[in-house]
Amino acid sequence: MSRQGFSIIGKALPKIDAMAKCTGETRYADDLHFSRMVYAKLLRSPHPHALIRAIRTERALSLEGVYAVITGRDLPVRYGISPATEDEEALASEKVRFVGDPVAGVAAASETVAEKALGLIDVDYEPLRPVLSVEEALVAEGELRIHSWNRRANIQKAVSFEFGDVEQGFEQADHIFDETFFYEGNTHLPMEQYCAVAFYGPDGKLTLWSSTQTPHYLHRALSKVLGLPMSRIRVIATPVGGGFGGKSEPFSHEICVAKLSMITGRPVKITLTREECFYVHRGRHPVKMRIKTGVKSDGTLQAMHFQSFLDGGGYSSYGLATVYYTGALQTVVYKLPGYKFEGVRVFTNKPPCGPKRGHGTPQPRFAVEVHLDAIAEKLGMDPIELRLKQLVEPNTVTVNGLRITTTGLRECIERLAAKAEWKKKFRQLPYGQGIGFASSAYISGAGLPIYWNDMPHSGVQIKLDRGGGITAFCGSIDIGQGSDSILAYVVAEEFGVDPADVRVVTADTDLTPVDLGSYSSRVTVMTGNAAIQACRKLKDTLLRAAADALEIPADDLEFAEGKVRCRSFRDRAISFVECVQKAEAKFGTLGAMGSYRPPKHPANYRGSGVGPTPAYSYSASIVELRCDADSAEVKVDKVWIAHDCGRAFNPLLVEGQVEGSVYMALGEALMEEQVFRKSGLHKLPSMLDYKSPTALEMPEVETILVETNDPEGPFGAKEAGQGPLLPVIPAVTNALYDAIGVRIHEIPITPDKVLRALEGRLKPVSVPSFEFPPPIRWQPGEGVEVQQKS
Amino acid sequence: MEIASETAKTLLEVLREDLGLTGTKHGCELGECGTCAVLMDGKPVLSCLVLGVEAEGADVATIEGMMQGGQPHPLQRAFADLGAAQCGYCIPGILLVAKALLDSNPHPGRDEIREMLSGNLCRCTGYTKILDAVEMAAKGRGDL
Amino acid sequence: MLRLPEFRYVKAGSLKGAVRALSDLGPDAMVVAGGTDLYPKMKRGQFTPRYLVSLRFLPELKGIRPRGREGMWIGAGETLTALCEHHAIKGIFPSLAQAAGSVSTPLLRNMGTIGGNLFVDTRCNYYDQTFFWREAAGFCLKKDGEICLVAPRSKKCLAVFSSDTAPVFCSLGAMAILVGPGGERRVLLEELYRDDGIGFLTKGREEVLRGVVIPRAAFGVRNVYLKLRRRGAFDFPVLGVAAAMSFSKENICLSARVVLTAVSSCPKVVEGAAAVVVGKRVDRTAIEEAAEVAARASHPVDNADMDYWYRKRMTKVYVRKALALLAGLES
Repeated sequence: MSRQGFSIIGKALPKIDAMAKCTGETRYADDLHFSRMVYAKLLRSPHPHALIRAIRTERALSLEGVYAVITGRDLPVRYGISPATEDEEALASEKVRFVGDPVAGVAAASETVAEKALGLIDVDYEPLRPVLSVEEALVAEGELRIHSWNRRANIQKAVSFEFGDVEQGFEQADHIFDETFFYEGNTHLPMEQYCAVAFYGPDGKLTLWSSTQTPHYLHRALSKVLGLPMSRIRVIATPVGGGFGGKSEPFSHEICVAKLSMITGRPVKITLTREECFYVHRGRHPVKMRIKTGVKSDGTLQAMHFQSFLDGGGYSSYGLATVYYTGALQTVVYKLPGYKFEGVRVFTNKPPCGPKRGHGTPQPRFAVEVHLDAIAEKLGMDPIELRLKQLVEPNTVTVNGLRITTTGLRECIERLAAKAEWKKKFRQLPYGQGIGFASSAYISGAGLPIYWNDMPHSGVQIKLDRGGGITAFCGSIDIGQGSDSILAYVVAEEFGVDPADVRVVTADTDLTPVDLGSYSSRVTVMTGNAAIQACRKLKDTLLRAAADALEIPADDLEFAEGKVRCRSFRDRAISFVECVQKAEAKFGTLGAMGSYRPPKHPANYRGSGVGPTPAYSYSASIVELRCDADSAEVKVDKVWIAHDCGRAFNPLLVEGQVEGSVYMALGEALMEEQVFRKSGLHKLPSMLDYKSPTALEMPEVETILVETNDPEGPFGAKEAGQGPLLPVIPAVTNALYDAIGVRIHEIPITPDKVLRALEGRLKPVSVPSFEFPPPIRWQPGEGVEVQQKS
Repeated sequence: MEIASETAKTLLEVLREDLGLTGTKHGCELGECGTCAVLMDGKPVLSCLVLGVEAEGADVATIEGMMQGGQPHPLQRAFADLGAAQCGYCIPGILLVAKALLDSNPHPGRDEIREMLSGNLCRCTGYTKILDAVEMAAKGRGDL
Repeated sequence: MLRLPEFRYVKAGSLKGAVRALSDLGPDAMVVAGGTDLYPKMKRGQFTPRYLVSLRFLPELKGIRPRGREGMWIGAGETLTALCEHHAIKGIFPSLAQAAGSVSTPLLRNMGTIGGNLFVDTRCNYYDQTFFWREAAGFCLKKDGEICLVAPRSKKCLAVFSSDTAPVFCSLGAMAILVGPGGERRVLLEELYRDDGIGFLTKGREEVLRGVVIPRAAFGVRNVYLKLRRRGAFDFPVLGVAAAMSFSKENICLSARVVLTAVSSCPKVVEGAAAVVVGKRVDRTAIEEAAEVAARASHPVDNADMDYWYRKRMTKVYVRKALALLAGLES
């Protein structure tokens, strides 16, 4: 790993919270305990779709040990992560939209009493026929309409775009390939169940501790629904025991404990059961896809037409963004002169889908990469060669107006292919063994915030103690990816001190400047840039004091090894502590703020807000596997993965993100699925039945990190937490084809599907017929100027 | 130590709620994830499926007892050094199972480690760094 | 957190005491040993005992003694770990070590007992759910309801027999030693089961399994257990094949037993499959025919993990593989 000129960046250091996590000291939300605390439970709908006629809570309220019971009437204000689609209620008041939709909440002396009280709440439902498929949802009318705010049927959003000259592209193509795919839904399954604790104190202020990835958005939602000003609410995100996107919006249970605490004046805790976590969901959307591609005989892509049909579940959640994401990043990996995208997300009577690692992009990436593998085969080309000849170039703008800064994909692919001995193995392994390839790209942070505003996406405040201690305050929340450590590394690097001398205070809306949260792989880039800015402001002040003390011009001074020293004569130095004291004496108490907002993106069409980012990460993967021809069971032997992360702040953490992504990808590719009965009931809401791979299923992973030093990233860094998931899934599919000669167009690839395919009995995926709206047309070059780093 | 507890309380509940030892985590309470593992008489068990009364007289070790004399166990050190704990939620259980393995088999092969940890789900790490850390602790520090 | 309902815990001092407690307390009492099947089911409201009679510390249920006069004694109260790690078991009955070692996870095997695995409750996707789920689905025949949700026209519960060790013990001709109010009796283990998802055990409610004896005749028999499931840990079998065969010096098959698990509500002894190979030099053709016969006896329904069409298809594949292994045609 390159470490030119860095003292901390690039080092394999332990995370700053590692030992706390290895000794059981880390306090997760459910580990919090307060005196007088009471416990909440939520009553959930047993019907997938029903009107609520009446709710009677008297019997529950009169049960000994029950402190409060609330229903939808107590929390009438609707909310939702996206301001354009606020269609959720903390407790359903008129209608339930999936099995598990909460309708009432209880606070009681113990979980057992609360549970008992739930059984004493009488709800009169008028069941309605559930809508469970995209096909039904697209044409649903009358009482089959799940919401009334959307324009027609159960269509939440339908979008259509045309970029470049698509028609001409297809006309110039020598071959046109047209295929359909299906990617089943799956869920995050963090080991920590959802948990929140609220306390509304006698001072009229509310504090909410929650296992959340987005304390700021939660802060806003609480204020809106509870009718309390944000200034009276404090949200503290506790260390998150796994998120993967599943804890990145405000949830019913968080709002309900807050309300219950306001009513009881006591601390109220809620911990959802594992089953409830499956109902909260917000996981991977099931998506049907159709992809039509025109290519030249030499493999050059001419035009692509991509359609996606998303089964969104009962509410909008992040769905508006998801539908765009299923179309946005197709153009970022390979040059595509003409691109048409049509996508639709529908409501169905199932738990709402939302963002899961890769948000809306693993599904199309799977389809595109399997499709390209098939195209290469038809054209008699090596699939890697086909890709290498048309990789997107650095410092370009894609046909849909996305600005590419750096890309290390070529290096990723070349090093990967060498390491995995691709040429020697591809189409050369014995029957039953196979090797497959795919590549991908992902955003390093969404270019726009969830709600429209001109404020920074991330803020960092730094305070210097006269004893030399440095405290960095930031709203970011560590969900295990190591964002607290990254913040400490950046600050330590800037001040030339040991990360152990840096304290970080994060994810507390009373204490820390806003950071939008741990989603969209944004934290390293955005908090990193904000932290650097804050550090440099403070360093200017410190340098002035040091320059006076050492009688050396400030531009010949540097921060290194716990000192401020002369660059030319290193022994002319003062200690960092001394420098801080001199500066404090001269300028007063020392602190500084830094903030970051992503650069404006070049395109300006409606819908262009999803897809832009400061910088794209790139990944490529090769998977080697075996498939038993008799049982069709698949065993992955090895995964090679190369990832362009811009700069590896800490290679251990980057590798950890890559390996975790590979793991999650393999689970999705081969076994995980969130599926439902015809009644609308979740088929398998348990850890036993939802198949999360164990240590025995996980193959050895060889990770190659590629550094491209992106100008937008702090010290050149891009993301690593989500992108590496993307190529693995199609690489598995392509490897299976290499092994046994069948292409499975459905995820997960289960043995029964493989066996059916081997016998020629696996039906092709059908996609609904649907008339999309007329496309928004956009040509490269239209729109605003590209601004450099903000 | 003696503790009065309700019969229906599992060891998990006794540890977390009666004794305030919250280092032991829980992920399903049905024996389907391994998160709540503790050692009973040196053997890893699921504390969500043992009654408090069934642990009477047994030697129960939780993550809180893994440091000795203020010093981390070599496994704790290795997990920290290699970044084996991401969100960290499954780690107390995994560390204890790994400890039981090394106590009975100081030099396990990678497959033996995989097998022994197959009852502890982790969603963050892909197990890779966890396996590396157990190997590193087994080899003794300084090998990596 | 999922919690246990209230109950009384009765710690039996002896096996006799346990049997007496079961008689005295009546149908509201259940026995508990490892608790790994019982406690989750109590948390989900599938079992609702008021009393639990603990067999946990009973010395009568302990011990694995390979060289008894009658054969191998295995105490019902021994853990699955003790069984799968036992040196003599691994040497003489690798199928038993494989089966015991494949149950759930190392953690669970440190708690779960042989008796618990032999009598593990039959499973069904409509039954192994929380109270909330089962109420939302409409309760089923096996618990609180009137109809089978898998096959509404079925008069019988179709829950799946899910023990890994039972088919192996049956394939080895093991005897069960039961102690009841009338004293001790011994019975061929396979006779303790019947094909009914609810009443899958023929033993009396007050009878406690003391242990199992594998007869001396089974020593020297080649044996194997193969298990189909999604993951290498946690998962119950969605198909299990236990096979045992003995051969003459001339490599003629002298005896054969094929027992399936997870294809019906009890271990399924497929005598027809054995009949095909006995008295023959076992070649691929004979194995194919035996596997065909076994597959016909396999009737998976849509109530467990993996597609039932696939599970049925796999019966043939797995039996073929098991027999080929025993015949030395595969390794």
